[in-house]
Amino acid sequence: MLKKIVLLLFVTCFACFNTVFAAESGGMPQLNPEFWISQIFWLIITFGILFIVLTKVILPKISDNLETRKSQILENIETADKQKEESQKKIDEYEKIILDSKLKAKNFFSDAREKILDDINKKRASLEKDLDEEIGEVEKELSELKNKSGEKINKIAAETSAELIKELIGEEVNSSSIAAIVEDQSKINKERKDV
Amino acid sequence: MASNPMYQFNVYRIGPEIKLGSVDISFTNASLFMVISSLAILIIFNLGAKKKTLIPDKLQLLSELSYSFVAKMISDTAGSKAKPYFSFIFSLFMFVLFCNMFGMIPYAFTVTSHIIVTFVLAAFIFVGVTIIGFMKHGLGYLKLFVPSGVPMVLLPLIVVIEIISYLSRPISLSVRLFANMMAGHTMMKVFGGFVISLGIVGGWLPLSFSVALTGLEILVAFLQAYVFAILTCIYLNDALNLHH
Repeated sequence: MLKKIVLLLFVTCFACFNTVFAAESGGMPQLNPEFWISQIFWLIITFGILFIVLTKVILPKISDNLETRKSQILENIETADKQKEESQKKIDEYEKIILDSKLKAKNFFSDAREKILDDINKKRASLEKDLDEEIGEVEKELSELKNKSGEKINKIAAETSAELIKELIGEEVNSSSIAAIVEDQSKINKERKDV
Repeated sequence: MASNPMYQFNVYRIGPEIKLGSVDISFTNASLFMVISSLAILIIFNLGAKKKTLIPDKLQLLSELSYSFVAKMISDTAGSKAKPYFSFIFSLFMFVLFCNMFGMIPYAFTVTSHIIVTFVLAAFIFVGVTIIGFMKHGLGYLKLFVPSGVPMVLLPLIVVIEIISYLSRPISLSVRLFANMMAGHTMMKVFGGFVISLGIVGGWLPLSFSVALTGLEILVAFLQAYVFAILTCIYLNDALNLHH
């Protein structure tokens, strides 16, 4: 029974294969040598032309393209780096300029202050000197006046006393004696005051 | 018979029969798609390389991204010594990728689903890498088959294994690409046939499978081109920098 089934299976398989691989065309067309030479010939022709044209014309162009792109990108990166450096330099310069000008401005300011202070001091000193001088003069004048005033007072006193005596006695007295008396009196007065 | 899933891989003549001596080199649908793929690559990358703007437009970006993608792939796997081979690996990657991708268009022919095409490419790479290896290192290139740090007893066995694995490189390289392409396209065709045969009632399940497979196949198309190119880089690395 089992043998029969296996045999049947084989037979059907064989039949299937026969129809699928159609024996009438001689199995695989690949093994039919009829056109082998033709295929080899055309393979050599087409592949040869393909190889030669690719090698001589197309591939150099593509590799050229790739190379130029690579070098251009590298160049661009280089210039970008250079420009970055330059801009950094410029920024540094700019900052330096700003710092310098700030310092200069500070210097100007302090200079001007000093100058003004100097000026003020000088003017004040000269003013004080003038004032001192004037005060000294005035004091001198005053002291002169004071000194002179004693004499004048004595003179005036002698004159007035001479006048008074004339009025009172009706005769002229020696003016020099009167002056002497006045002087004595004023000296006494002075001594009194001093004491 | 169009319902045969292998029918899509048939090669047929377009136009007149061209004979070189006794050899048939007629223009076929496979040749047509090789030409279309190459032309598409040339047009797209030429347009992408034309304008030399600093900020790329879409096509320029596409070509420049593919350029740097392949360049990075090569420098990662084979180092700076592999730079002279850049244009070959670039062409190879683009050719395989475009052939795979054009194969994803319905009714289009997939050039890379033919073992003879992938085998010629792989054999060319194998021969080229071997020549480069012998030119760089002379007979010292044979040291590739003698890994360092292997016990003397095992050495004969290891050398034989290394030689076999080296010689099988073109086969594995070509069969990987061819088998992936063929299997994917066959599967898509089979599921497409199921959609028709199950009709409007039961056809939705295989249809959804078909949709999912289309996405997967686009991924595989890219991945196989990438694997093809990166394996070439690895072989080149062996030839340029002898590590063993």
